[in-house]
Amino acid sequence: MEILVCIRRVPDNSENEITLNSAGNDIERDELVYSVNEADNYAVEEALQIVAKVGGSVSVVTVGGEDDEEILRREMAMGASHGVLLSDPHFDKSDGRGIAAILKAFVAKSKYDLILTGVQAEDGAAQVGGMLAAMLDYPFASLVNSIEVLDDHKLKIGREIEGGNREMSEIDLPCVLSIQTGINEPRYVGMRGIRAVASIPIPTHDASVLGVNPKAVEEAGATVKRLDYFVPVVGKGAEMLAGSREENIDKVLELIAAKGGLK
Amino acid sequence: MSRIFAYIAHKDGVAGDSAAELLAAARSIDAAAKPSALVAGHGPELDSVCEALRSSFADVWKLAHDDLSHPNAELVRQALVKVLPPCSIVLVPHDHFGIDLGPGLSIKLNAAFVPDILQIAHVEGTAITFVRQEFGGQVSAHVRCDASSGAVITIRPGAFKATAAAPVQGVIVDKSAEIGILTTRRRYLQTVVAEDGDVDITKHAVLVSIGRGIQEKDNVGIAQELADVLGAAVSCSRPVVDSKWLEKSRQVGSSGKTVKPKVYLACGISGAFQHLAGIKGNPFIVAINKNSKAPIFQVADVGIVDDILEFLPALTEKIREMQSVSAK
Repeated sequence: MEILVCIRRVPDNSENEITLNSAGNDIERDELVYSVNEADNYAVEEALQIVAKVGGSVSVVTVGGEDDEEILRREMAMGASHGVLLSDPHFDKSDGRGIAAILKAFVAKSKYDLILTGVQAEDGAAQVGGMLAAMLDYPFASLVNSIEVLDDHKLKIGREIEGGNREMSEIDLPCVLSIQTGINEPRYVGMRGIRAVASIPIPTHDASVLGVNPKAVEEAGATVKRLDYFVPVVGKGAEMLAGSREENIDKVLELIAAKGGLK
Repeated sequence: MSRIFAYIAHKDGVAGDSAAELLAAARSIDAAAKPSALVAGHGPELDSVCEALRSSFADVWKLAHDDLSHPNAELVRQALVKVLPPCSIVLVPHDHFGIDLGPGLSIKLNAAFVPDILQIAHVEGTAITFVRQEFGGQVSAHVRCDASSGAVITIRPGAFKATAAAPVQGVIVDKSAEIGILTTRRRYLQTVVAEDGDVDITKHAVLVSIGRGIQEKDNVGIAQELADVLGAAVSCSRPVVDSKWLEKSRQVGSSGKTVKPKVYLACGISGAFQHLAGIKGNPFIVAINKNSKAPIFQVADVGIVDDILEFLPALTEKIREMQSVSAK
Protein backbone atom coordinates (compact mmCIF):
# COMPACT_ATOMS: atom_id res chain seq x y z
CA MET A 1 0.00 0.00 0.00
CA GLU A 2 1.31 3.44 -0.96
CA ILE A 3 0.54 5.87 1.84
CA LEU A 4 0.97 9.64 1.89
CA VAL A 5 0.93 11.46 5.22
CA CYS A 6 0.41 15.23 5.16
CA ILE A 7 2.26 16.83 8.07
CA ARG A 8 2.83 20.31 9.44
CA ARG A 9 5.36 22.07 11.60
CA VAL A 10 3.72 23.93 14.47
CA PRO A 11 4.68 25.70 17.68
CA ASP A 12 4.54 22.98 20.30
CA ASN A 13 1.53 23.77 22.54
CA SER A 14 2.84 21.81 25.46
CA GLU A 15 6.27 23.48 25.44
CA ASN A 16 5.26 27.08 24.87
CA GLU A 17 3.50 29.87 26.63
CA ILE A 18 1.81 31.61 23.74
CA THR A 19 1.85 35.39 23.99
CA LEU A 20 1.00 38.18 21.56
CA ASN A 21 3.58 40.26 19.73
CA SER A 22 3.64 43.98 20.40
CA ALA A 23 1.64 44.77 17.25
CA GLY A 24 -1.11 42.32 18.24
CA ASN A 25 -1.26 40.91 14.72
CA ASP A 26 0.51 37.66 15.48
CA ILE A 27 1.77 35.57 18.34
CA GLU A 28 5.32 36.18 19.54
CA ARG A 29 7.26 33.63 17.53
CA ASP A 30 10.87 34.49 18.42
CA GLU A 31 11.41 31.95 21.17
CA LEU A 32 8.89 29.31 20.22
CA VAL A 33 9.79 25.64 20.16
CA TYR A 34 8.52 24.11 16.92
CA SER A 35 7.86 20.45 16.27
CA VAL A 36 5.79 18.20 14.07
CA ASN A 37 2.07 18.57 14.82
CA GLU A 38 1.24 15.93 17.43
CA ALA A 39 -1.63 14.25 15.57
CA ASP A 40 0.46 14.12 12.38
CA ASN A 41 3.09 12.12 14.23
CA TYR A 42 0.45 9.54 15.16
CA ALA A 43 -0.62 9.47 11.49
CA VAL A 44 2.94 8.70 10.36
CA GLU A 45 3.26 5.92 12.96
CA GLU A 46 -0.05 4.42 11.82
CA ALA A 47 1.11 4.48 8.19
CA LEU A 48 4.38 2.75 9.16
CA GLN A 49 2.49 0.05 11.06
CA ILE A 50 0.21 -0.56 8.07
CA VAL A 51 3.07 -1.00 5.58
CA ALA A 52 4.86 -3.25 8.11
CA LYS A 53 1.84 -5.56 7.87
CA VAL A 54 0.83 -5.37 4.21
CA GLY A 55 3.89 -3.93 2.43
CA GLY A 56 4.28 -0.70 0.49
CA SER A 57 5.85 2.58 1.46
CA VAL A 58 5.16 5.76 3.36
CA SER A 59 5.78 9.26 2.02
CA VAL A 60 5.49 12.47 4.00
CA VAL A 61 4.66 15.85 2.52
CA THR A 62 4.32 19.35 3.89
CA VAL A 63 3.50 22.78 2.55
CA GLY A 64 6.04 25.28 3.82
CA GLY A 65 9.59 26.54 3.54
CA GLU A 66 13.18 25.51 4.27
CA ASP A 67 12.54 25.37 8.02
CA ASP A 68 9.99 22.65 7.46
CA GLU A 69 12.54 20.19 6.10
CA GLU A 70 13.40 19.30 9.70
CA ILE A 71 10.00 17.70 10.33
CA LEU A 72 10.14 15.81 7.03
CA ARG A 73 13.52 14.39 8.09
CA ARG A 74 12.23 13.60 11.55
CA GLU A 75 9.40 11.51 10.09
CA MET A 76 11.84 9.92 7.61
CA ALA A 77 13.95 8.94 10.60
CA MET A 78 10.83 7.21 11.95
CA GLY A 79 10.69 5.17 8.75
CA ALA A 80 9.01 7.20 6.00
CA SER A 81 10.78 6.45 2.68
CA HIS A 82 10.23 9.78 0.97
CA GLY A 83 9.83 13.39 2.03
CA VAL A 84 8.50 16.10 -0.28
CA LEU A 85 8.37 19.85 0.34
CA LEU A 86 5.71 21.89 -1.46
CA SER A 87 7.13 25.38 -1.36
CA ASP A 88 6.45 28.61 -3.20
CA PRO A 89 6.28 32.26 -2.11
CA HIS A 90 2.60 32.17 -3.07
CA PHE A 91 2.00 29.40 -0.51
CA ASP A 92 3.32 31.41 2.45
CA LYS A 93 -0.02 32.52 3.84
CA SER A 94 -2.39 30.04 2.25
CA ASP A 95 -5.49 29.27 4.32
CA GLY A 96 -6.78 25.75 4.94
CA ARG A 97 -8.53 25.61 1.61
CA GLY A 98 -5.38 26.81 -0.15
CA ILE A 99 -3.27 24.12 1.54
CA ALA A 100 -5.83 21.48 0.58
CA ALA A 101 -5.67 22.70 -3.05
CA ILE A 102 -1.85 22.55 -3.07
CA LEU A 103 -1.92 19.01 -1.62
CA LYS A 104 -4.58 18.01 -4.14
CA ALA A 105 -2.33 19.09 -6.99
CA PHE A 106 0.50 16.97 -5.57
CA VAL A 107 -1.70 13.90 -5.03
CA ALA A 108 -3.11 14.19 -8.55
CA LYS A 109 0.42 13.79 -9.96
CA SER A 110 1.17 10.67 -7.91
CA LYS A 111 -0.58 7.47 -6.98
CA TYR A 112 -1.46 6.85 -3.36
CA ASP A 113 -3.90 4.30 -1.98
CA LEU A 114 -4.29 6.01 1.34
CA ILE A 115 -3.79 9.60 2.47
CA LEU A 116 -3.55 10.44 6.17
CA THR A 117 -3.54 13.75 8.01
CA GLY A 118 -3.57 14.56 11.70
CA VAL A 119 -7.03 15.40 13.00
CA GLN A 120 -6.13 19.03 13.62
CA ALA A 121 -3.20 21.40 14.01
CA GLU A 122 -2.55 24.36 16.28
CA ASP A 123 -5.42 26.40 14.86
CA GLY A 124 -7.94 23.71 15.84
CA ALA A 125 -9.63 23.97 12.45
CA ALA A 126 -9.60 20.25 11.56
CA GLN A 127 -10.26 21.15 7.93
CA VAL A 128 -7.53 20.18 5.46
CA GLY A 129 -8.19 16.42 5.31
CA GLY A 130 -11.92 16.75 4.66
CA MET A 131 -11.35 19.46 2.05
CA LEU A 132 -8.64 17.45 0.30
CA ALA A 133 -10.92 14.39 0.14
CA ALA A 134 -13.77 16.45 -1.32
CA MET A 135 -11.44 18.03 -3.91
CA LEU A 136 -10.16 14.57 -4.92
CA ASP A 137 -13.65 13.09 -4.69
CA TYR A 138 -12.27 10.41 -2.36
CA PRO A 139 -14.21 9.09 0.63
CA PHE A 140 -13.23 10.65 3.97
CA ALA A 141 -13.43 9.90 7.67
CA SER A 142 -12.28 12.12 10.53
CA LEU A 143 -11.18 11.35 14.10
CA VAL A 144 -10.02 7.88 13.09
CA ASN A 145 -8.68 5.87 16.04
CA SER A 146 -8.37 2.39 14.52
CA ILE A 147 -7.48 1.05 11.07
CA GLU A 148 -7.57 -2.54 9.86
CA VAL A 149 -6.70 -3.42 6.26
CA LEU A 150 -9.41 -5.77 4.96
CA ASP A 151 -8.03 -6.22 1.43
CA ASP A 152 -6.45 -4.18 -1.38
CA HIS A 153 -9.63 -2.20 -1.84
CA LYS A 154 -11.02 -1.46 1.59
CA LEU A 155 -10.28 -0.74 5.25
CA LYS A 156 -12.23 -1.23 8.44
CA ILE A 157 -11.94 1.94 10.50
CA GLY A 158 -13.07 3.22 13.88
CA ARG A 159 -13.98 6.86 14.55
CA GLU A 160 -13.94 8.45 17.97
CA ILE A 161 -17.44 9.69 18.78
CA GLU A 162 -19.06 10.97 21.99
CA GLY A 163 -18.50 9.35 25.37
CA GLY A 164 -15.53 7.27 24.26
CA ASN A 165 -17.70 5.21 21.91
CA ARG A 166 -16.34 4.11 18.56
CA GLU A 167 -18.16 4.23 15.23
CA MET A 168 -17.01 1.37 13.00
CA SER A 169 -17.21 1.63 9.20
CA GLU A 170 -15.85 0.11 6.04
CA ILE A 171 -14.21 2.57 3.65
CA ASP A 172 -13.06 2.07 0.07
CA LEU A 173 -9.56 2.94 -1.13
CA PRO A 174 -8.29 5.36 -2.16
CA CYS A 175 -9.47 7.48 0.74
CA VAL A 176 -8.42 10.27 3.10
CA LEU A 177 -8.46 9.72 6.86
CA SER A 178 -7.76 12.24 9.61
CA ILE A 179 -6.04 10.51 12.50
CA GLN A 180 -6.87 11.12 16.17
CA THR A 181 -4.12 11.17 18.78
CA GLY A 182 -3.81 8.00 20.86
CA ILE A 183 -4.40 5.59 17.94
CA ASN A 184 -0.93 4.07 18.53
CA GLU A 185 2.32 4.76 20.35
CA PRO A 186 4.60 6.73 18.01
CA ARG A 187 8.13 5.35 18.00
CA TYR A 188 11.02 7.27 19.49
CA VAL A 189 13.38 9.08 17.15
CA GLY A 190 16.93 9.59 18.36
CA MET A 191 19.67 11.84 17.04
CA ARG A 192 21.28 8.84 15.35
CA GLY A 193 18.10 8.23 13.34
CA ILE A 194 17.96 11.87 12.27
CA ARG A 195 21.62 11.82 11.22
CA ALA A 196 21.03 8.69 9.14
CA VAL A 197 18.57 10.55 6.89
CA ALA A 198 20.33 13.93 6.97
CA SER A 199 21.80 13.66 3.49
CA ILE A 200 18.77 12.22 1.67
CA PRO A 201 17.66 14.86 -0.84
CA ILE A 202 14.18 16.28 -0.33
CA PRO A 203 12.57 17.30 -3.61
CA THR A 204 10.80 20.66 -3.63
CA HIS A 205 7.80 21.35 -5.83
CA ASP A 206 6.66 24.90 -6.50
CA ALA A 207 3.39 26.18 -7.95
CA SER A 208 4.47 25.76 -11.57
CA VAL A 209 5.72 22.19 -11.03
CA LEU A 210 2.46 21.34 -9.29
CA GLY A 211 0.33 23.16 -11.85
CA VAL A 212 -1.31 25.20 -9.10
CA ASN A 213 -2.76 28.59 -9.96
CA PRO A 214 -1.03 30.89 -7.42
CA LYS A 215 -4.04 33.21 -7.36
CA ALA A 216 -6.25 30.39 -6.14
CA VAL A 217 -4.14 29.50 -3.11
CA GLU A 218 -2.43 32.71 -1.99
CA GLU A 219 -3.59 34.86 0.88
CA ALA A 220 -5.39 37.36 -1.35
CA GLY A 221 -7.65 34.62 -2.67
CA ALA A 222 -8.73 33.35 0.74
CA THR A 223 -12.42 33.65 1.64
CA VAL A 224 -11.55 33.41 5.33
CA LYS A 225 -8.89 35.73 6.76
CA ARG A 226 -7.48 36.11 10.25
CA LEU A 227 -7.57 39.77 11.24
CA ASP A 228 -5.70 39.67 14.54
CA TYR A 229 -4.87 37.71 17.64
CA PHE A 230 -6.00 38.81 21.07
CA VAL A 231 -6.13 37.54 24.62
CA PRO A 232 -9.73 36.98 25.61
CA VAL A 233 -11.22 38.53 28.70
CA VAL A 234 -13.14 35.58 30.05
CA GLY A 235 -15.26 36.02 33.14
CA LYS A 236 -13.36 36.77 36.31
CA GLY A 237 -10.95 33.88 35.90
CA ALA A 238 -9.38 32.01 38.78
CA GLU A 239 -8.32 33.62 42.04
CA MET A 240 -4.56 33.17 41.63
CA LEU A 241 -2.70 32.18 44.78
CA ALA A 242 0.63 33.97 44.77
CA GLY A 243 2.09 32.89 48.12
CA SER A 244 4.89 30.45 48.80
CA ARG A 245 4.22 26.80 48.04
CA GLU A 246 3.51 26.15 51.73
CA GLU A 247 1.09 29.07 51.94
CA ASN A 248 -0.66 27.98 48.76
CA ILE A 249 -1.06 24.45 50.11
CA ASP A 250 -2.59 25.73 53.33
CA LYS A 251 -4.98 27.95 51.41
CA VAL A 252 -5.98 25.19 49.00
CA LEU A 253 -6.64 22.79 51.87
CA GLU A 254 -8.78 25.37 53.62
CA LEU A 255 -10.83 25.91 50.44
CA ILE A 256 -11.17 22.20 49.65
CA ALA A 257 -12.31 21.53 53.22
CA ALA A 258 -14.91 24.30 52.94
CA LYS A 259 -16.28 22.59 49.81
CA GLY A 260 -16.54 19.24 51.57
CA GLY A 261 -13.58 17.74 49.74
CA LEU A 262 -11.59 16.67 52.81
CA LYS A 263 -12.45 13.54 54.73
CA MET B 1 -27.88 38.19 3.87
CA SER B 2 -28.15 34.68 2.50
CA ARG B 3 -30.57 32.17 3.85
CA ILE B 4 -29.34 30.54 7.10
CA PHE B 5 -29.75 26.82 7.77
CA ALA B 6 -29.07 24.93 11.00
CA TYR B 7 -28.14 21.27 10.71
CA ILE B 8 -29.96 19.47 13.52
CA ALA B 9 -28.28 16.47 15.13
CA HIS B 10 -30.77 14.11 16.77
CA LYS B 11 -30.91 10.78 18.52
CA ASP B 12 -33.79 8.49 19.44
CA GLY B 13 -36.30 10.96 18.01
CA VAL B 14 -35.06 13.95 20.02
CA ALA B 15 -33.07 16.94 18.72
CA GLY B 16 -29.71 17.49 20.42
CA ASP B 17 -28.85 20.48 22.64
CA SER B 18 -27.07 21.95 19.65
CA ALA B 19 -30.39 22.84 17.96
CA ALA B 20 -31.07 25.73 20.34
CA GLU B 21 -27.41 26.81 20.26
CA LEU B 22 -27.36 26.96 16.44
CA LEU B 23 -30.59 28.97 16.52
CA ALA B 24 -28.92 31.45 18.91
CA ALA B 25 -25.87 31.62 16.59
CA ALA B 26 -28.13 32.24 13.57
CA ARG B 27 -29.85 35.11 15.40
CA SER B 28 -26.47 36.49 16.30
CA ILE B 29 -25.57 36.65 12.59
CA ASP B 30 -28.88 38.21 11.61
CA ALA B 31 -31.44 39.09 14.27
CA ALA B 32 -34.19 39.26 11.66
CA ALA B 33 -33.31 35.95 10.02
CA LYS B 34 -35.77 33.13 10.06
CA PRO B 35 -33.31 30.26 10.03
CA SER B 36 -34.41 26.95 8.59
CA ALA B 37 -33.72 23.60 10.21
CA LEU B 38 -32.17 20.76 8.19
CA VAL B 39 -33.07 17.36 9.59
CA ALA B 40 -31.82 14.18 7.93
CA GLY B 41 -32.94 10.74 9.00
CA HIS B 42 -35.49 8.06 8.50
CA GLY B 43 -38.88 6.86 9.75
CA PRO B 44 -41.04 7.95 12.69
CA GLU B 45 -38.05 9.18 14.73
CA LEU B 46 -37.31 11.74 12.03
CA ASP B 47 -40.96 12.81 12.00
CA SER B 48 -41.02 13.41 15.74
CA VAL B 49 -37.81 15.50 15.59
CA CYS B 50 -39.26 17.62 12.76
CA GLU B 51 -42.55 18.08 14.61
CA ALA B 52 -40.79 19.24 17.78
CA LEU B 53 -38.63 21.75 15.86
CA ARG B 54 -41.69 23.51 14.38
CA SER B 55 -42.01 25.61 17.53
CA SER B 56 -38.55 27.14 17.09
CA PHE B 57 -37.86 27.15 13.32
CA ALA B 58 -40.08 28.79 10.69
CA ASP B 59 -39.10 26.09 8.18
CA VAL B 60 -38.11 22.57 8.99
CA TRP B 61 -36.61 20.83 5.99
CA LYS B 62 -37.16 17.11 6.30
CA LEU B 63 -34.63 14.90 4.50
CA ALA B 64 -35.93 11.35 4.75
CA HIS B 65 -34.00 8.53 3.13
CA ASP B 66 -33.49 4.86 3.99
CA ASP B 67 -29.73 5.35 3.91
CA LEU B 68 -29.81 8.26 6.37
CA SER B 69 -30.95 6.25 9.40
CA HIS B 70 -27.39 6.49 10.76
CA PRO B 71 -25.79 9.95 10.46
CA ASN B 72 -22.97 9.08 8.04
CA ALA B 73 -21.46 12.45 7.09
CA GLU B 74 -20.54 11.20 3.61
CA LEU B 75 -24.22 10.50 2.83
CA VAL B 76 -25.58 13.54 4.65
CA ARG B 77 -23.22 15.74 2.64
CA GLN B 78 -24.51 14.37 -0.66
CA ALA B 79 -28.11 14.94 0.42
CA LEU B 80 -27.39 18.52 1.54
CA VAL B 81 -25.57 19.38 -1.69
CA LYS B 82 -28.65 18.29 -3.62
CA VAL B 83 -31.22 20.27 -1.63
CA LEU B 84 -29.45 23.44 -0.48
CA PRO B 85 -30.04 26.61 -2.52
CA PRO B 86 -26.94 28.48 -3.81
CA CYS B 87 -25.09 30.75 -1.37
CA SER B 88 -26.65 29.21 1.75
CA ILE B 89 -25.11 29.72 5.16
CA VAL B 90 -25.06 26.37 6.94
CA LEU B 91 -24.47 26.08 10.70
CA VAL B 92 -23.25 22.77 12.10
CA PRO B 93 -22.09 21.86 15.63
CA HIS B 94 -18.29 21.55 15.94
CA ASP B 95 -18.38 17.99 17.24
CA HIS B 96 -17.43 14.57 15.89
CA PHE B 97 -20.15 14.88 13.25
CA GLY B 98 -19.50 18.50 12.27
CA ILE B 99 -15.77 17.82 11.92
CA ASP B 100 -16.67 14.95 9.60
CA LEU B 101 -19.19 16.92 7.53
CA GLY B 102 -18.15 20.57 7.44
CA PRO B 103 -14.89 20.81 5.46
CA GLY B 104 -16.01 18.58 2.59
CA LEU B 105 -19.44 20.21 2.47
CA SER B 106 -17.85 23.64 2.05
CA ILE B 107 -15.84 22.39 -0.94
CA LYS B 108 -18.85 20.76 -2.60
CA LEU B 109 -20.96 23.91 -2.07
CA ASN B 110 -18.06 26.12 -3.11
CA ALA B 111 -18.67 28.05 0.09
CA ALA B 112 -16.33 29.48 2.70
CA PHE B 113 -15.54 27.30 5.72
CA VAL B 114 -15.25 28.78 9.20
CA PRO B 115 -14.51 26.13 11.84
CA ASP B 116 -15.13 26.09 15.57
CA ILE B 117 -16.41 29.61 16.18
CA LEU B 118 -17.21 30.91 19.67
CA GLN B 119 -18.80 34.22 18.92
CA ILE B 120 -19.99 36.45 16.10
CA ALA B 121 -18.21 39.78 16.52
CA HIS B 122 -19.46 41.84 13.62
CA VAL B 123 -21.63 41.59 10.51
CA GLU B 124 -21.41 43.99 7.60
CA GLY B 125 -23.20 42.96 4.44
CA THR B 126 -21.93 39.49 3.59
CA ALA B 127 -18.72 39.95 5.60
CA ILE B 128 -19.01 38.18 8.95
CA THR B 129 -16.34 38.50 11.64
CA PHE B 130 -16.04 35.64 14.11
CA VAL B 131 -14.09 34.90 17.27
CA ARG B 132 -12.11 31.64 17.27
CA GLN B 133 -9.44 30.20 19.51
CA GLU B 134 -6.04 28.86 18.55
CA PHE B 135 -3.19 27.14 20.38
CA GLY B 136 -5.50 25.12 22.56
CA GLY B 137 -7.35 28.23 23.76
CA GLN B 138 -4.24 30.16 24.79
CA VAL B 139 -5.08 32.97 22.36
CA SER B 140 -8.16 34.08 20.44
CA ALA B 141 -8.40 35.46 16.93
CA HIS B 142 -10.85 37.46 14.87
CA VAL B 143 -11.43 35.91 11.45
CA ARG B 144 -13.45 37.50 8.69
CA CYS B 145 -15.34 35.47 6.16
CA ASP B 146 -16.79 36.60 2.87
CA ALA B 147 -20.09 34.72 2.88
CA SER B 148 -21.33 36.08 -0.46
CA SER B 149 -20.97 32.61 -2.00
CA GLY B 150 -22.30 30.94 1.10
CA ALA B 151 -20.55 29.56 4.16
CA VAL B 152 -20.33 26.43 6.24
CA ILE B 153 -19.75 27.42 9.87
CA THR B 154 -19.13 24.98 12.71
CA ILE B 155 -20.20 26.21 16.13
CA ARG B 156 -18.29 25.40 19.37
CA PRO B 157 -20.67 23.36 21.58
CA GLY B 158 -21.77 25.41 24.57
CA ALA B 159 -20.48 28.72 23.20
CA PHE B 160 -23.92 30.08 22.29
CA LYS B 161 -26.55 30.10 25.01
CA ALA B 162 -30.06 29.18 23.94
CA THR B 163 -32.12 32.37 23.92
CA ALA B 164 -35.76 32.62 24.86
CA ALA B 165 -38.01 33.49 21.95
CA ALA B 166 -41.72 33.34 21.27
CA PRO B 167 -42.68 29.98 19.76
CA VAL B 168 -43.33 30.01 16.03
CA GLN B 169 -45.76 27.99 13.98
CA GLY B 170 -43.18 26.50 11.67
CA VAL B 171 -43.93 24.36 8.64
CA ILE B 172 -42.34 21.07 7.73
CA VAL B 173 -41.06 21.10 4.16
CA ASP B 174 -40.47 17.59 2.84
CA LYS B 175 -37.36 17.74 0.64
CA SER B 176 -36.89 13.98 0.51
CA ALA B 177 -37.81 13.61 -3.15
CA GLU B 178 -34.90 15.87 -4.15
CA ILE B 179 -32.32 13.59 -2.54
CA GLY B 180 -32.54 10.80 -5.12
CA ILE B 181 -29.94 8.04 -5.03
CA LEU B 182 -27.10 8.28 -2.52
CA THR B 183 -23.87 6.40 -3.10
CA THR B 184 -21.14 6.00 -0.59
CA ARG B 185 -17.75 4.42 -0.35
CA ARG B 186 -17.91 4.54 3.46
CA ARG B 187 -20.42 2.13 5.01
CA TYR B 188 -21.45 2.27 8.67
CA LEU B 189 -21.12 -1.09 10.44
CA GLN B 190 -21.79 -0.61 14.15
CA THR B 191 -21.08 1.48 17.22
CA VAL B 192 -18.79 -0.06 19.82
CA VAL B 193 -19.70 1.22 23.29
CA ALA B 194 -16.85 2.30 25.58
CA GLU B 195 -15.75 -0.29 28.13
CA ASP B 196 -16.14 0.31 31.85
CA GLY B 197 -12.86 0.60 33.67
CA ASP B 198 -11.65 -0.46 37.10
CA VAL B 199 -12.70 2.84 38.70
CA ASP B 200 -15.91 4.74 37.98
CA ILE B 201 -14.80 8.38 38.01
CA THR B 202 -18.40 9.55 37.57
CA LYS B 203 -19.23 8.38 41.10
CA HIS B 204 -16.56 10.35 43.00
CA ALA B 205 -17.08 13.67 44.83
CA VAL B 206 -13.42 14.60 44.55
CA LEU B 207 -11.26 14.04 41.47
CA VAL B 208 -7.52 14.47 41.21
CA SER B 209 -7.32 14.97 37.47
CA ILE B 210 -4.00 14.90 35.67
CA GLY B 211 -2.92 16.16 32.26
CA ARG B 212 0.19 16.34 30.16
CA GLY B 213 2.00 18.02 33.06
CA ILE B 214 2.38 14.64 34.77
CA GLN B 215 5.08 14.05 32.13
CA GLU B 216 5.53 10.30 32.43
CA LYS B 217 3.77 7.14 33.50
CA ASP B 218 5.87 6.68 36.62
CA ASN B 219 4.57 9.99 37.94
CA VAL B 220 0.92 8.89 37.92
CA GLY B 221 1.56 7.43 41.38
CA ILE B 222 2.03 10.97 42.71
CA ALA B 223 -1.58 11.75 41.80
CA GLN B 224 -2.79 8.40 43.13
CA GLU B 225 -1.17 9.04 46.50
CA LEU B 226 -2.94 12.38 46.76
CA ALA B 227 -6.21 10.76 45.70
CA ASP B 228 -5.73 8.07 48.37
CA VAL B 229 -5.37 10.55 51.21
CA LEU B 230 -8.33 12.55 49.91
CA GLY B 231 -10.55 9.51 49.34
CA ALA B 232 -10.68 10.67 45.73
CA ALA B 233 -10.21 9.02 42.34
CA VAL B 234 -7.62 9.86 39.68
CA SER B 235 -9.05 11.04 36.39
CA CYS B 236 -7.25 12.63 33.45
CA SER B 237 -7.33 14.59 30.22
CA ARG B 238 -6.74 13.25 26.72
CA PRO B 239 -2.90 13.32 26.49
CA VAL B 240 -2.61 10.97 29.47
CA VAL B 241 -4.78 8.37 27.72
CA ASP B 242 -3.05 8.96 24.37
CA SER B 243 0.24 8.13 26.07
CA LYS B 244 -1.32 4.97 27.63
CA TRP B 245 -0.54 6.16 31.16
CA LEU B 246 -4.16 5.63 32.24
CA GLU B 247 -7.12 3.76 30.79
CA LYS B 248 -9.63 5.49 28.53
CA SER B 249 -12.30 5.06 31.24
CA ARG B 250 -10.41 7.64 33.34
CA GLN B 251 -10.67 10.37 30.69
CA VAL B 252 -12.87 13.40 31.36
CA GLY B 253 -14.19 15.15 28.26
CA SER B 254 -16.47 15.06 25.25
CA SER B 255 -14.80 11.90 24.00
CA GLY B 256 -14.53 10.48 27.52
CA LYS B 257 -16.68 10.59 30.66
CA THR B 258 -18.91 13.36 31.93
CA VAL B 259 -18.27 13.91 35.64
CA LYS B 260 -20.06 15.91 38.35
CA PRO B 261 -17.70 16.07 41.35
CA LYS B 262 -17.87 18.61 44.18
CA VAL B 263 -14.14 19.35 43.92
CA TYR B 264 -11.99 19.01 40.80
CA LEU B 265 -8.22 19.33 41.09
CA ALA B 266 -6.94 20.03 37.57
CA CYS B 267 -3.25 19.15 37.77
CA GLY B 268 -1.09 19.96 34.75
CA ILE B 269 -4.21 20.19 32.58
CA SER B 270 -4.25 22.98 29.98
CA GLY B 271 -8.05 23.13 29.75
CA ALA B 272 -8.99 22.37 26.15
CA PHE B 273 -12.71 22.89 25.54
CA GLN B 274 -13.20 19.19 24.81
CA HIS B 275 -11.94 18.46 28.32
CA LEU B 276 -14.04 21.17 30.00
CA ALA B 277 -17.13 19.81 28.21
CA GLY B 278 -16.90 16.73 30.43
CA ILE B 279 -17.02 18.69 33.72
CA LYS B 280 -20.60 19.36 34.80
CA GLY B 281 -22.42 20.40 37.96
CA ASN B 282 -20.27 23.50 38.60
CA PRO B 283 -17.63 21.90 40.84
CA PHE B 284 -15.02 23.89 42.78
CA ILE B 285 -12.05 23.78 40.42
CA VAL B 286 -8.48 24.13 41.67
CA ALA B 287 -6.00 24.42 38.79
CA ILE B 288 -2.28 23.83 39.20
CA ASN B 289 -0.18 24.43 36.09
CA LYS B 290 3.34 25.60 35.28
CA ASN B 291 2.03 27.67 32.36
CA SER B 292 0.43 30.86 33.65
CA LYS B 293 -1.30 31.27 30.27
CA ALA B 294 -3.06 27.89 30.46
CA PRO B 295 -6.76 28.33 29.58
CA ILE B 296 -7.74 26.26 32.64
CA PHE B 297 -7.10 29.40 34.73
CA GLN B 298 -9.98 31.12 32.92
CA VAL B 299 -12.49 28.62 34.25
CA ALA B 300 -10.96 27.53 37.57
CA ASP B 301 -12.02 28.99 40.93
CA VAL B 302 -8.51 28.95 42.30
CA GLY B 303 -5.25 28.85 40.36
CA ILE B 304 -1.67 28.11 41.34
CA VAL B 305 1.28 28.47 38.99
CA ASP B 306 3.55 25.63 40.08
CA ASP B 307 5.04 22.33 38.98
CA ILE B 308 2.60 19.57 39.91
CA LEU B 309 5.48 17.11 40.31
CA GLU B 310 6.60 19.12 43.34
CA PHE B 311 3.30 20.62 44.45
CA LEU B 312 1.24 17.42 44.62
CA PRO B 313 3.64 15.42 46.84
CA ALA B 314 3.93 18.42 49.18
CA LEU B 315 0.13 18.66 49.33
CA THR B 316 -0.17 14.93 50.03
CA GLU B 317 2.42 15.17 52.79
CA LYS B 318 0.61 18.07 54.43
CA ILE B 319 -2.70 16.18 54.44
CA ARG B 320 -0.99 13.12 55.95
CA GLU B 321 0.43 15.30 58.71
CA MET B 322 -3.02 16.73 59.43
CA GLN B 323 -4.57 13.28 59.44
CA SER B 324 -1.96 11.84 61.80
CA VAL B 325 -2.42 14.78 64.17
CA SER B 326 -6.18 14.37 64.22
CA ALA B 327 -5.82 10.59 64.69
CA LYS B 328 -3.78 11.10 67.87
